[in-house]
Amino acid sequence: MRDRIIFAGQLAFTLLVTAFLVVPAVLSMMAGVTANYFRGIRSGVTLDWVWQVWGLYADTIGRSFLIALSALVVCLVVGVPAAYGLYRSGGRLSRAVEEIITLPLAIPGLAIALALLLAYGGFSDFRRSWLFILAGHVVFTMPFMVRSVIAVLAAIDVKTLDESASSLGASPWRRFRDVIVPNARPGILAGSLMVVTLSLGEFNLTWMLHTPLTKTLPVGLADSYASMRLEVASAYTLVFFIMIIPLLVAMQLYAGQSAAARRRR
Amino acid sequence: MSLKTFIGLCLLPLAVVVLAFFLMPMARLIVTGASGEFGLKAYAAILLEPRYRATLINTVVLSAAVTAATLAISTVAGLFLQRHHFSGRSVLIALLTFPLAFPGVVVGFMIILLAGRQGLIGHITQAFTGQKWVFAYSMEGLFLGYLYFSIPRVILTIMAAVEKLDPSLEEAARALGAGPWAVQRDVVLPALRPAFVASGAIAFATAMGAFGTAFTLATNIDVLPMLIYTEFTLSANIAMAAALSVGLGLVAWAVLALARTYGGNTVAAAG
Amino acid sequence: MKAEHGVAVRAENCGKTFADGTRALEPVNLDIARGETVVLLGPSGCGKTTMLRIIAGLEQPDPGGRVLFNDADVTRVPIEQRNVGMVFQSYALFPNMSVADNIGYGLKIRSIGKAEREARVAELVELTGIEGLERRRIDQLSGGQRQRVALARAVAVRPSVLLLDEPLTALDAALRERLRGELDRLLRTLGITTIYVTHDQAEAMVLGDRIVVMSKGAIAQIGRPRDIYFAPASRFVAEFIGAANIVEGDYAGGRLKLAGGTLPLANGAAAGPVSAMIRPESIRIIAAEGAGLSGRVDSVSFVGDRQRLMVSGAAATAILVDVPNSLTVNAGDRVGLAVEPGAIRVLASGK
Repeated sequence: MRDRIIFAGQLAFTLLVTAFLVVPAVLSMMAGVTANYFRGIRSGVTLDWVWQVWGLYADTIGRSFLIALSALVVCLVVGVPAAYGLYRSGGRLSRAVEEIITLPLAIPGLAIALALLLAYGGFSDFRRSWLFILAGHVVFTMPFMVRSVIAVLAAIDVKTLDESASSLGASPWRRFRDVIVPNARPGILAGSLMVVTLSLGEFNLTWMLHTPLTKTLPVGLADSYASMRLEVASAYTLVFFIMIIPLLVAMQLYAGQSAAARRRR
Repeated sequence: MSLKTFIGLCLLPLAVVVLAFFLMPMARLIVTGASGEFGLKAYAAILLEPRYRATLINTVVLSAAVTAATLAISTVAGLFLQRHHFSGRSVLIALLTFPLAFPGVVVGFMIILLAGRQGLIGHITQAFTGQKWVFAYSMEGLFLGYLYFSIPRVILTIMAAVEKLDPSLEEAARALGAGPWAVQRDVVLPALRPAFVASGAIAFATAMGAFGTAFTLATNIDVLPMLIYTEFTLSANIAMAAALSVGLGLVAWAVLALARTYGGNTVAAAG
Repeated sequence: MKAEHGVAVRAENCGKTFADGTRALEPVNLDIARGETVVLLGPSGCGKTTMLRIIAGLEQPDPGGRVLFNDADVTRVPIEQRNVGMVFQSYALFPNMSVADNIGYGLKIRSIGKAEREARVAELVELTGIEGLERRRIDQLSGGQRQRVALARAVAVRPSVLLLDEPLTALDAALRERLRGELDRLLRTLGITTIYVTHDQAEAMVLGDRIVVMSKGAIAQIGRPRDIYFAPASRFVAEFIGAANIVEGDYAGGRLKLAGGTLPLANGAAAGPVSAMIRPESIRIIAAEGAGLSGRVDSVSFVGDRQRLMVSGAAATAILVDVPNSLTVNAGDRVGLAVEPGAIRVLASGK
């Protein structure tokens, strides 16, 4: 009996916490499709706000995707080989390098943005283009890709695979292409999802780096919260949710799948 | 091509990127911090200037409070979810962790919807007591906002740690006569300590450096990231802003380094 | 004469089907006398650990099963209140407490005062031979030391029943044998009702007053070590305890007819085909000429304290014979085999 009371109490608490997290999100999604927030759902459901958002902010949505995918490409091209290099060289140097590239996670986005502004503010062409924001995003998302790939390399004992491939005569590049990368796919995939999701949602860094012509979606959101009516801001948030929630679901499903696969092994 | 050369080639692009877009700018930041009217003393200003010190204390207290509350909430909910399997459990877990990637800006907006001038809580309290309870635009609102994006992170770490607990230790305690509360106090919570330290440090560091939430809720909430922002954009006090940023970065890094010595390698995101 | 402490334990009709449908234990009945040491012996998956956990109170038996301590029904009583002492296979020592705190934990829960607690801990430290380790942390202990701490902790609370789940399995072979002897002495000194689970039949023989041989969730045989060894009830028990030669032959007129000859069989079995077990050490090598049963030595293995021969041709399958090192025999020799009639055990048909 006592056990059942404890169970009920814990369940109620957990449900309360879940409600705290879910209700505001649902509210904001609903507000985005309500004709008049202050009169509530009774005022009717409409997609007008969403179209208005599209008209005002379509460029931010496109730019966010552009930056996120570009960041992904850079992280793949630079980060995957680097992860292999770090893992294979091992030792103190590689651990130190890992520490360094993980620093951007510890240092607030604000500080990194400031640093970039001070360093490159003078190069006005670069500073005014979306590539400037891309640079910031790459610095911030690279550690996730590298860590994710290193983790999977460690788990599959890449060193032995590499050695056996080399005993068969394959050059380092062939080994990397034919053996290492295919076997590292789970880590690459997990890292990719992470990079895209984080880039789409990045604000702290991007706010400091943006110009009126290089706004991303989160930056546009902040604008709309300050200056637009609540329904428009909510609709804009709804668009953001629609973009990001599938990615989050994919990440969770993927993580659950790979955990189950590891258990089976 | 030898393996060594190949590895060098693999690492080269990363080295270039990190140097050009991180190390060099950070060095520039540190130097700029010391280039203002205070000189190197600017770095001590964070502790000496009463205005800055007040902000620092505010930020630390807020972050500590958020960390404590998040750990407590996540432990109760995390233990419960990991230990009991019931229908709908995976839905609950998904719902609890999906806010993981929400930027602080969006969290701020949701807090306004919840506790702002036209917020849900305001309406409810007005219906019951005739008074609207509005607290989004203050420390309380910020606290709630930070709680919002800390809970998903911490709860995942704690649930992973609970999964790794050795059940025979709890059985041994029960065999020796320990009731459920004693088992939690003497066996479970001590075993979770590394997870508490690791995830608590991440929550603390994230709260210290969080900007978007405070930005949305009001520009006059007194936390360190907001101070840095206003120094830079409104007061054009670049050197001070740089110095404060470096200070903030150091504090966050130190806390996380401490966490790593306890073996956690979970990562932080957004804020 | 050892003193007897603890309670008499009775398991009535205890079976266990797990939530996923696995049938770990068929309904069994088991009676354990006060102060007795009973060993549950069997291969992994036979249900011995499940049986132990049901008696401990960590699992509930299927409906209809009961557990009684001294005739009191404790089936519904949770483990916290059964006052049992349990030693887990992994020892389950608390890493956040020192050795002394671990041993004293059960006493602390029972609100025993500090002075009395410390005295009792000191008593147990001496009993288990771990003086000097009281302040150590668990991760600083060796496997053998951990085992002793686990035992001390379980015994400290003066339990009614001592339950040990494969306590020596985690140790290496040499250490295991040494600790086995110590454990035996300790259990006899304490005299508490003890239930010991293992898959190692040597341990079972040394430690048990009675052995319960289990297989696939059911009891195959209960008996004293000697009875089980010399008079196994089935082929499974015969082969699980020690090495066994299982021979098939025809029994007629007081003799068992095998491929290579006949053996005198005292057992009053009905005439016809029988399965019989003969232990390798009960077979004597004699001259081949004139022997009732003979065969050819296939191989000679030097085991250390004896030689083990594989002899073919005597029965349908090769026979193992243990002979002393003093006997000179080579592969290829023709030998005769002699067995005391009483050393041939007819087995019940089936497993």
